[in-house]
Amino acid sequence: MLTYRLTRPPVSGVLRPRDLAVCCALAVAVLLAFCLGIAHGDVPLPLTDVLAALTGSGDAGTLLVVREFRMPRALAGLLVGIAFGVSGAIFQTMTRNPLASPDMIGITQGAGAAVVAGLVLGWGGGLGTQALGLLGALGTALLVYALAWRRGTTGYRIVLVGVGVAWICTSVTDYLTARGRFVEAQAAVGWLVGNLNGRSWSQLTPLVWALAVLLPTALLLSRLTRTLQLGDEVATALGTPVQRLRLALLVTGVGLVAFGTAVAGPVAFVALAAPQIAQRLVGAACPPLVASGLTGALVVLGADLAAREAIPGVELPVGVVTGAFGAPFLLWLLMRAARA
Amino acid sequence: MSEVEAPARPAARAPGLALLGGLLAPLALLALASLALGARDVPPGDVLATLLGDAPDRTTENIIWSARVPRTLLALATGAALGLAGGLMQALTRNPLADPGLLGVSAGASFAIVLASGVLGIGAVTGYLWFAFAGALVATVGVYLLSSAGRAGLTPVKLALAGVAVTALLSSFTSAIMLTEPESLNRYRFWAAGSLADTGGGELLRVLPFLVLGAVLTLASAPALNSLALGEDLARALGRRTRLIRLAGVTAVTLLTGASVALIGPVVFVGLIVPHAVRVLAQRLGLGPDQRWLLPACALLAPCLLLAADIAGRLVARPVEIQAGVLVAVVGGPFFIFLVRRQRLTEV
Repeated sequence: MLTYRLTRPPVSGVLRPRDLAVCCALAVAVLLAFCLGIAHGDVPLPLTDVLAALTGSGDAGTLLVVREFRMPRALAGLLVGIAFGVSGAIFQTMTRNPLASPDMIGITQGAGAAVVAGLVLGWGGGLGTQALGLLGALGTALLVYALAWRRGTTGYRIVLVGVGVAWICTSVTDYLTARGRFVEAQAAVGWLVGNLNGRSWSQLTPLVWALAVLLPTALLLSRLTRTLQLGDEVATALGTPVQRLRLALLVTGVGLVAFGTAVAGPVAFVALAAPQIAQRLVGAACPPLVASGLTGALVVLGADLAAREAIPGVELPVGVVTGAFGAPFLLWLLMRAARA
Repeated sequence: MSEVEAPARPAARAPGLALLGGLLAPLALLALASLALGARDVPPGDVLATLLGDAPDRTTENIIWSARVPRTLLALATGAALGLAGGLMQALTRNPLADPGLLGVSAGASFAIVLASGVLGIGAVTGYLWFAFAGALVATVGVYLLSSAGRAGLTPVKLALAGVAVTALLSSFTSAIMLTEPESLNRYRFWAAGSLADTGGGELLRVLPFLVLGAVLTLASAPALNSLALGEDLARALGRRTRLIRLAGVTAVTLLTGASVALIGPVVFVGLIVPHAVRVLAQRLGLGPDQRWLLPACALLAPCLLLAADIAGRLVARPVEIQAGVLVAVVGGPFFIFLVRRQRLTEV
């Protein structure tokens, strides 16, 4: 593969034209999906009007529709997608396991159990699904880390403890869904699927702040994580502070997925698939951070578009479609890969 | 091949037998407890007498033979199947996170049940058995074909990822139907919690041939799995036909898991944790990662867990029952975490 190495201290790095090309193409596709998402609605807007409104020009009516009614939803899709994609990439790199997404290691399930407990048992009344989801996700992550701690942690142990916790949370959720009244079960399933309908600016604010802090952190950490790929012993020998790095990665990944889940619910499959898709597009050995974030955004935005178009007159929740939208793509990439 | 293969060393046979023997005892005890305990307790002496055809009274005979025996047999059969499938799945994919549902089995069964109740309007419980089983089979065949397509052929990572992708695809359709057809959500939520109570002995008999076939295939492929653990290339150099092993393995997992999930719901967590526990036990006894001992041990330990969960479910909130699937995770989850914390886990 064509690469360029820049070694002029203090700046050094590797530039791969394919990375850059893939990221640019993804960014364009994300922008297009974002604009299409805004253009779509009861009153369809031409793309040119959308672009104009985004840059602040255009007539007052269009500006109002774009800014107040359609932007929050599209922005939620964009940000949630980025959060899930980057978080998935962090977890898969940290554990060196393509199955280890936040959906597998309990964080999403913890949020789900907390929200369903709120819906069925009325716990944490008044907190609302967003706060409950956030608390559930963060609490579960803390629990997983504490339980996996025994004179330090290993990626392997975090993942296995996480799987145990995930299953406990899932069965609690299943039990509550079966026990609750039908209306509550319906509300629970509606949230558990992942949904972007009717998002407002105020719901987005916490996620925006979280991303502003966590994304730069993730990018800074990604330089160090490459040595983790070689295993804990080698990484330690190379001077990587393994335990502290893992804690920092975990906090970043969990934060991203917790704030994302609080806004949209556990949108299925994005955190697992986006890094794998990005990795295969870029042709890298481990999930690339930026491309994963962009792929995540593309999958969520594209799925949201499809969800609104799929059945006329019915707005399906986005989580129903992410699987249907992302899975064929991942399968196609898997099939044409020369080596896994 | 046989003259090249070293016979099992006597040194390895003793701990292996100790492992299996050590698991048989709690299994027998739990089976007895499962016959004795419930909404109405029967003393163990009466249980044994009834089994030997000398029941103390009509009611006891009825409870034991028409309710408890089928239920206990169901737990034994599906538990063993899920344990075997779990051990096999982790050996095949060489991934410790692999559970028997990984190949899309649970998702296929769920989709079929939701489809049957929501779209086709089928109401009879017996109809679901075959729907769920067929759904599981179709999903796994799809996963297998998709993951073996392409230049690279079948690799563990591709198998796992294809399984996850198909699961996501099917779950999408499942939730779409559930959200638009309320009746299917109602049916699904009770099935998904995983209960042993609603399935009779007749249904177990119907899928028993598939379970037996799956178990035979699994146990027969154990020596080959040992070679596969050395890596694809070495296994081939040892004369193993890796493609055939994988095909046999996937078939066995599908039969075992598909039948179990159709019978008792998606209780695949049993298959995830039991192989880990068995590896820890085997290590304690000084037994290496030899699938010829590990797989049978999985088949003995998994029903213990399922029986314990089912018994607990009957007793915790008497007279209301809590589904075994829920309790397997609530009881098995902490146990699994305890294992993970205690031991330097043998990686798969």
